[in-house]
Amino acid sequence: MKKLLLALATTAAVIGFSAAASAADKAKVCFIYVGSKTDGGWTQAHDIGRLELEKSLGDKIETQFLENVPEGPDAERAIERLARSGCGLIFTTSFGFMDATVKIASKFPDVKFEHATGYKTAPNLATYNSRFYEGRYIQGQIAAKISEKGVAGYIASFPIPEVVMGINAFVTGARSVNPDFKIKVVWANTWFDPGKEADAAKALIDQGVDVLTQHTDTTAPMQVAAERGIKAFGQASDMIKAGPETQLTAIVDTWGAYYIKRTQAFLDGKWETMSSWDGLKDGILTMAPYTNMPDDVKAMAEATQAKIESGELKPFTGPLNKQDGSEWLKAGESSDDATLLGMNFYVEGVDDKLPQ
Amino acid sequence: MRIELEKRPDVSRLFSILSPFIALLLTLVCGAVMFMMLGKNPVAALYGFFVEPLMEVWSLHELAVKAAPLILIAVGLSVCYRSNNWNIGAEGQFIMGAIAGSILPVMFHEWNSPFVLPLMMLFGMLGGALFAGIPAFLKAHLNTNEILTSLMLVYVAQLFLDWLVRGPWRNPGGLNFPETRTFEASAILPEMIASGRTHWGFGFAILAAILIWFMMRYTLKGFEITVLGQSERAGRFAGFSSRKMIWFSMLLSGALAGLAGISEVSGAMQQLRPVISPGYGFTAIIVAFLGRLNPLGIVVAGLVLALTYLGGEAVQVSLEISDKVTRVFQGLLLFFVLSCDTLIHYRIRLVASKLAGSATAAATTDGAR
Repeated sequence: MKKLLLALATTAAVIGFSAAASAADKAKVCFIYVGSKTDGGWTQAHDIGRLELEKSLGDKIETQFLENVPEGPDAERAIERLARSGCGLIFTTSFGFMDATVKIASKFPDVKFEHATGYKTAPNLATYNSRFYEGRYIQGQIAAKISEKGVAGYIASFPIPEVVMGINAFVTGARSVNPDFKIKVVWANTWFDPGKEADAAKALIDQGVDVLTQHTDTTAPMQVAAERGIKAFGQASDMIKAGPETQLTAIVDTWGAYYIKRTQAFLDGKWETMSSWDGLKDGILTMAPYTNMPDDVKAMAEATQAKIESGELKPFTGPLNKQDGSEWLKAGESSDDATLLGMNFYVEGVDDKLPQ
Repeated sequence: MRIELEKRPDVSRLFSILSPFIALLLTLVCGAVMFMMLGKNPVAALYGFFVEPLMEVWSLHELAVKAAPLILIAVGLSVCYRSNNWNIGAEGQFIMGAIAGSILPVMFHEWNSPFVLPLMMLFGMLGGALFAGIPAFLKAHLNTNEILTSLMLVYVAQLFLDWLVRGPWRNPGGLNFPETRTFEASAILPEMIASGRTHWGFGFAILAAILIWFMMRYTLKGFEITVLGQSERAGRFAGFSSRKMIWFSMLLSGALAGLAGISEVSGAMQQLRPVISPGYGFTAIIVAFLGRLNPLGIVVAGLVLALTYLGGEAVQVSLEISDKVTRVFQGLLLFFVLSCDTLIHYRIRLVASKLAGSATAAATTDGAR
């Protein structure tokens, strides 16, 4: 076997290396994906962002990516590989890559890193996130108008602050329209598992919900909702193809704008570490077209969206109570970001016990 | 005209040496064709897959890190399989070892002492061994099928870990994310060589391989394992107890899987998460058979399999070859290696006429039984 490898090595040395020198001038921007770039959800949204980046700055940069990278020691190796292969700016696009990114960033001080949805930064490591909850608030309002029973189903992934925040935003939005609105939650304990997600959707519909939303990545819940004839919201990518008669709207992650902005700063030598948390107004998330709903509901959703974009409306504004009835925010008071980022409690109206 | 397999009267020495090379050659040819069909330069792709990861120091370290758990688990499994005990649950024993070993750094994290690490390793081995003891007990005393029980217990271990890191062991300062606190320095398995990430888990793997190889080859215990594995009745006549052998082989392989688990967690991850293994316990079964259940062969097999993972990433970066192609390529390699081993026991014959062919075919299949 060694001999064979040796023979291969020598032939490859002749052919292979000629290609290596040509692309050296362009800066390399690299991405690590936790899922497949065609997952139809979270990872695909990042990959669309990467393609937009190539389209916009393709004459100055080239991009590379590694997909299906498991979180843990494998991620550390994958990130190091990119850092060593000449990437100047590396986006690690899953929360679970946080510690691996921190480790490699300290080893490669000349490479810039950006970690999505995390909270650890360094001089060469920035974090970025999106205020998904703004979209959830709008969804909640729509759900309250559409639902006849006043109960929505929520397929959640893991009980982490990001997801709890989404649930609370949805309920808060819904109760701003219908103060008695309730939601039921099923924890799928996965980001990506069509089978489990579909089961969760069926269980919720059997419990009598008549509108469905999800914080998982596949289109399976949308398909179940379509079969059972109820309405649903898409997640991460526009899922209208999975439910042309079903999808009301979707939170669409549009990372492209951010990737272009940060890469431009990197090229200009102006890149600095930061914790970016943009929202609807910055275009990092957009709402898919409002469909399958009466005109007045659509008008309400658009008005709310405009108010959030202008800063007039902050979704988490009092009076708001926690699930147990104790006061969280006084009338007119808005939540600070730190509370949101560590959110580990439900607000009133959630028919579920938060897994502790 | 037709091709037939005919059983050899004896194992072919020539082919037992040649078969891995034939397999590699077939894989390379098939792989090259596949890469060509994808419009990639096949030489560059194969170079990236098999050679590039071996050319840099950091990458060699990563190879060792990836291979360590595979080798350690597979070495233990080889003893099981040689003695005809089919432990399929190494994945669960790996996890339970990691959990038991993490008791000290998670629950008693204030205790920093040089004794922490050795105790963690010991607990890890105990955890894995005790968990493997369940199917061992069930088989030895209730005559249940250890393939089923050990496999089912994998899910128990996975869910137990999941519950721990979401519940009682969750990091109090971790914003509710499902992971334990990170280990203190005294609970982290140190690196073996200063130049990279290779931790002592790899040392354990090599040491275990040498010790088990020595045991199988030069000790009475090794003889006992082989005899009982090949014929239980013959073993009984020699005064060996197959019941004791169930206990011995299961506990040994459980302990090694547990050691692999705690080494991986302590050396490479430094905390527990809901998922700590990308299927090492199952991949190790392949490694054990690729190494033909010989501990030294397993070291080579573990390194080769780890190489395909690293090579897959390398070509993903350098040639934009999809991650799925990598898996297909791994599958090709395993398929050819295992199927080429057929040549050790069988020879290929071309059969000329239809009639005569079917007659001999019947005869050979009978013979094969």
